[in-house]
Amino acid sequence: MVLSLVEHDSGAVDDNSLEALTLARSVADDAGEALEAIAFGPEAEGVADDVGAHGVEVLNVVDHSDLDDYTPEAYARAVIQCAEETGTEAVVAPGTDRGSEILAHVAAKLDETMAAEVTDVEVGDTYELTRQRWGGTLIEHAELDADTNLLTVAPNEISTSGTGDGPADVSAFTPDLEDSDLRVRLTEVEESDVEGVPLAEARVVVSGGRGTDGDFSEIEDLADHLPNTAVGSSRAAVNEGWRPHDDQIGQTGNKIAPEIYIACGISGAVQHMVGCKGAENILAVNTDPEAAIIQKADWAVTGDLHEVLPAVSDELERRGHS
Amino acid sequence: MEVLTAIKRVPETGAKIVLTEDKRDIDTSSLGFTFSPHEECAVEEGVQLVEANGGNMTALTLGEEDATEQLRSAIAMGADDGLLLPTDGGEWGPKATASAIASAVEAEKTDFDLFLFGNESADTANHQVGVRVAEHLDVPCVTGVKDLDVDGDTAVAKREIPGGAEVYEVDLPAVITVKEGLNEPRYPSMRAKMQARKASVDQVEPEPTDDGLELLELEVPETDDSPADILGESPEAADEVVDVLEELEVL
Ligand SMILES: Cc1cc2nc3c(=O)[nH]c(=O)nc-3n(C[C@H](O)[C@H](O)[C@H](O)COP(=O)(O)OP(=O)(O)OC[C@H]3O[C@@H](n4cnc5c(N)ncnc54)[C@H](O)[C@@H]3O)c2cc1C
Ligand SMILES: Nc1ncnc2c1ncn2[C@@H]1O[C@H](COP(=O)(O)O)[C@@H](O)[C@H]1O
Repeated sequence: MVLSLVEHDSGAVDDNSLEALTLARSVADDAGEALEAIAFGPEAEGVADDVGAHGVEVLNVVDHSDLDDYTPEAYARAVIQCAEETGTEAVVAPGTDRGSEILAHVAAKLDETMAAEVTDVEVGDTYELTRQRWGGTLIEHAELDADTNLLTVAPNEISTSGTGDGPADVSAFTPDLEDSDLRVRLTEVEESDVEGVPLAEARVVVSGGRGTDGDFSEIEDLADHLPNTAVGSSRAAVNEGWRPHDDQIGQTGNKIAPEIYIACGISGAVQHMVGCKGAENILAVNTDPEAAIIQKADWAVTGDLHEVLPAVSDELERRGHS
Repeated sequence: MEVLTAIKRVPETGAKIVLTEDKRDIDTSSLGFTFSPHEECAVEEGVQLVEANGGNMTALTLGEEDATEQLRSAIAMGADDGLLLPTDGGEWGPKATASAIASAVEAEKTDFDLFLFGNESADTANHQVGVRVAEHLDVPCVTGVKDLDVDGDTAVAKREIPGGAEVYEVDLPAVITVKEGLNEPRYPSMRAKMQARKASVDQVEPEPTDDGLELLELEVPETDDSPADILGESPEAADEVVDVLEELEVL
């Protein structure tokens, strides 16, 4: 059996979990095994239709009064016991904060290897897998040889597909927990009061790097002329104290997927570019025609951003966009 | 307060990654080295906690002898001690790394209150060394933390979620794995860098163990490197830029 961990919001399956399910299904098919899922929380039963449509035969719903709130080690304990009870050949989780954390605890408790950021698996005597390094700027081919193969799936890399099958059979599962499993618990969820278009949802992102020399006024002004637009930055601009880290795009910042990314005074380091590889189009504004970003962009203006951006804002106004 | 922060030496890859001939490593012959921004924040946090509460902050790394350079960078940022677990430069997987770090911690005379890790390493991104060390040491662990408050024997750690944050409260000693944005790491002064060069760094020989995931080959993913359509060299290009925006229907 292959067991896939499913995260959900009040019974609505998380996208990254559907991606993990898609990979888990191909592993199960290759291995000639059944696919089961495990989900937590009071409304977990609600995912039965969705996971069934992605090939899951049995949905294990963890039923335990101590597990209504997230608690990583106890979740891991439940995954281990559920896997043992059903004889599991692989456990697959989404590479989200929780998915990674739970599976790392599973791996540590079983003293088993875990492969993270996986994008593809070929099942033979061992698992030949493809995984990402450096946030996706490098690909690793590796061989996993384990009794229980533990995999987390790189988020936003796999296109999901359904099988059209009916809902999964729901089976309640009650784990046996120790006190120490409950020592880390989610105690509260805070809401943030940030206004404006979130970077992850913006259709246009205008972003500045070291080439701004600390002056983001033209970038902000251009963003003000465009609807559904957010301002981003490179790490260099954050390090200089010009922008908050929340604005950073890249390997250790935000991942964005706008219709167009307008990168101004940014050189195009790989760690920056992995943050915007989801962008449909890239327009670069850079004084240096040799800058790497110009290779990676669809369009470029090779000029000083402090002159080019105000001219673009003026032209937008002239054409009545403001 | 006794804090231990784990950092990993990685190459600074710039705009293009070049592989060695056997495709099993990055060609680092013309590259500098650094450690992950997540870990920079971990070092800064440890230093700040010791500044506020007294005690000691130790930076630890498992890696080749040259990784001493990264320990010295951490010392220049304010770490009191450096601890190197020397290897012959070959890659250690996360399972072996965690078990070596946990053994080194257990062999130290110090009782650490807090262990800080990056959420994931910059190069291999295994997302697990911190969790595994916590399990070895049998202490609680919170991952992906972007806000940390330590008060006496408890830590309140927050993890970002869309539209807000999750709050966790744990007793010390604990492992916390952090993400960039936790704080603003300082730039060490010239003087601090000079002094760090002279600082002594302890070594503890790590015991290699089995890891189960064997690297076959690395590959640089194909990207579309066709040159951009140059719209112009000056503000006159504004006209064409707006044409592009109109065509994409983002206005
Ligand atoms: C592990 C790791 C993780 C990292 N994570 C991230 C990350 O998440 N995000 C990130 O951005 N970086 C990240 N980095 C850093 C990254 O490698 C680069 O150092 C950084 O992206 C450089 O920022 P920059 O392009 O703004 O600055 P620079 O590389 O200094 O480039 C500035 C550019 O501005 C141009 N310019 C100068 N003046 C003007 C002008 N007047 N008008 C127009 N153009 C001008 C220059 O020609 C140059 O191309 C990471 C690095 C490591 C090692
Ligand atoms: N070789 C190493 N030496 C010291 N710390 C390490 C090493 N490898 C990983 N770590 C720590 O563990 C964190 C998570 O690594 P990983 O599990 O590889 O993603 C890193 O951010 C470091 O803090």
